[in-house]
Amino acid sequence: MTFALAFDCGLAVLILAMAIWTIAARTTFPAVVGFVAYGLLLTLVWMRLAAPDVALTEAAIGGGLTGVLLLGATSRLRATEPPAVSERPSVPFRLAVAGLCTLLSAAIAAVVLLLPDPAPTLAPEAAAKLSLTGVGNAVTAVLLAYRALDTLLESAVLLLALVGVWSLAPDRFWGGAPRSLALRHRDGSLSLLGQVLPPIGIVLGVYIVWVGADAPGGKFQGATIIGAMWVLTMMAGLQTPPEISQAWVRVILVAGAAFFLAVGIAGFWLAGAFLAYPTGFAKSLIVAIEVALTLSVAATLGLLVAGPPARPVRT
Amino acid sequence: MTPGAAVLPCAGDPAGALLVLAIVLPTAGFLLALSVGGGRAERVALLFLAGGFAVAIAIVAAIWRSGHALSYALGGWTPPLGIALRADGLSAVMAMTTALVVGAVALFGRQNFAAPAPGVEARVPLSFWTLLLAVTTALNLIWFAGDLFSLYVALELLTFTAVPLVCLDGRADTLEAALRYMLFALMGSVLYLLGTALLYSAYGTLDIALLSERVRPEPAVWTAAALMTAGLVAKTALFPLHLWLPPAHAGAPPAASALLSALVVKGSFFLLVRLWFDVLPGLPSRAPAELLAALGAAAVLMGSVLALRQARLKLLIAYSTVAQIGYLFLMFPLASGPAGGPVAAGALTGGMLQAVSHATAKAAMFMAAGVMAGALGHDRIAGLAGTARALPMSMFAFGLGGAALIGLPPSGGFLAKWLLLTASVQSGQWWWAAVMLTGGLFTCGYVFMVVGRAMGEKDASEPRIIAAPITGQAVALALAVISMLLGLAALAPLDLVLVGRPTLAVVACR
Repeated sequence: MTFALAFDCGLAVLILAMAIWTIAARTTFPAVVGFVAYGLLLTLVWMRLAAPDVALTEAAIGGGLTGVLLLGATSRLRATEPPAVSERPSVPFRLAVAGLCTLLSAAIAAVVLLLPDPAPTLAPEAAAKLSLTGVGNAVTAVLLAYRALDTLLESAVLLLALVGVWSLAPDRFWGGAPRSLALRHRDGSLSLLGQVLPPIGIVLGVYIVWVGADAPGGKFQGATIIGAMWVLTMMAGLQTPPEISQAWVRVILVAGAAFFLAVGIAGFWLAGAFLAYPTGFAKSLIVAIEVALTLSVAATLGLLVAGPPARPVRT
Repeated sequence: MTPGAAVLPCAGDPAGALLVLAIVLPTAGFLLALSVGGGRAERVALLFLAGGFAVAIAIVAAIWRSGHALSYALGGWTPPLGIALRADGLSAVMAMTTALVVGAVALFGRQNFAAPAPGVEARVPLSFWTLLLAVTTALNLIWFAGDLFSLYVALELLTFTAVPLVCLDGRADTLEAALRYMLFALMGSVLYLLGTALLYSAYGTLDIALLSERVRPEPAVWTAAALMTAGLVAKTALFPLHLWLPPAHAGAPPAASALLSALVVKGSFFLLVRLWFDVLPGLPSRAPAELLAALGAAAVLMGSVLALRQARLKLLIAYSTVAQIGYLFLMFPLASGPAGGPVAAGALTGGMLQAVSHATAKAAMFMAAGVMAGALGHDRIAGLAGTARALPMSMFAFGLGGAALIGLPPSGGFLAKWLLLTASVQSGQWWWAAVMLTGGLFTCGYVFMVVGRAMGEKDASEPRIIAAPITGQAVALALAVISMLLGLAALAPLDLVLVGRPTLAVVACR
């Protein structure tokens, strides 16, 4: 048995163990911890499958952002935890769910083993047309050129999620700031981290966005890191979440999608089609869109973590 | 199911740019409304929705004039690498219905969702107007996307707009309904995405037209079809996955209920039609079609019986939606008939007409019920006496909508059921006809139960009925009249629904 095979087997066993842990955990907190560990292990799987772009996304979103959001939910749910535990579904119901899930997994596993090998793929075509987009990373070309509409609308989905979270606010707090993220029992170390880490994290995030045009990386991964830095400073009590009715907040939130849309519409006249880039300007426009989206996505993610407005507007 | 459908007759029609506009306009409106916020969101929404209405008319006109489908390659990248937007007859009909109902909802919503003071932003108005624009983007993308993953994005957009609409008024029970809806909807999205991934791994494309040529009956395709169908059925609230619908649709504010019942559930239904008729036409689909129709029949009967047993008007209307969704699924075995002959064409037209007719009638009924509940201060059916006298216009709208659901001529429901009945008799599947007739009887029951109560004399002990603003009532009545007159579509020289389906259109162009 080679080292690589042993590593893969160990990884698979660990992932299964984390999945079972997440489901079997009786309370929310250990389940969330298991889920975050599961996400980080998946990152390793994507690296083993030579898909660094997916690995970066999984680490940033699956392990990082989702973990933070779920931990936030856990702290909000603490009061309702005991009744929720006592209201566990009955054994037959749980067995039925387990049976259905097993059936589903078995069916998918069987079908995946039956799939044609080598799998039909668009990867060669995506690589062949790369020169037309000017970027060197095929994943970026897919996201911002070949399938740009999907990316544009996904950025709108993110904004919609934020509108949905905001819409849960009590009416009297509308327009105000979300509750403070500052930890109650914070000590000097968090405050120090809050000051030391952000400069490094922001440089790293910007690097990942910039390099994404030609190498693994991209706006979403970079934006998640930058957003995380913002959340860190808020948790350290160095910053407070902004009031959601302020004009600059709204402008930053929609800037990315709006710029993307504007470039797309300009394509009608300048490049002959909606979401087409004029020859020679493709790469610069793609990078510009990525930068604008990074800012908006980072702000959206930070505000998603902060939650609905919970304080009246200061007058 | 119908061989030869979904072939692209014309690529790069200049009118294809209209499809882009139908998606771009509401998206731009959403971004603008969110950024200017304050009291201006309403004006932005009305402006962009009016533009969208004009675009929908232009799309229908272009398809009508040319008699063939429109398409547009986004960014100049052709499938399979790029994404194409396509509009056939089905898309055009649904896009026009969307523009109409969303427009009506916007006019109806003006009285409930106005800004508290000029330039002042409040939670409910901002959420409503931005979500209304976003729901338009999501629906138009569902009607026009020619790519399975873009359709997934559309489903995501639809979920994230529909769920906040359910709990717009922020009461605890509506939050619970919204949460349950979200769990069903997200589960549906995941199943749909799994199926999409399987299809891509098997054939290396996500484009619907290309897939339809490559798909063969093999395990991967059957698994994908099963996963996607299960997911979309959960989102459409077909029996037995309907449990989330009544509390969600009944708890939302009237304008939102109208939108959810009329259009949002039709989105995932439309995807099912696309899946079985346009992506998987090569599959021998007798058994799955029969299964879907059997669930539909169960929904018609269960939903109608439960509607009859409701004590609250909005819940009655919501259960009626469960039943009416059932009718939509009866078209699957009828429209997949042998060789796609005239029977199949009639069934397809009937099914889509049922979707349009229910959309207009149900929106009118939810709006009328909202007006009545606002004026009475409650929506108990037992306490409706005197409403017909106090709010004749709303009661008339409710009655007309009910008549369209029952299928009285010349309503759209009449023509739809006539086409479906004819198809089931001609294809020797009389049992579906029996379900339709029984369902119609039950529908009569619950509509007359409400109308009869409302015609009664008001008890002196009941509190006085407050007058209601006229605009909302007029909008509801207009929609009800439209649904009542939809049956006149039979007089049209061209069957719009069948445009873009060569084998069917030959027999259908009258």
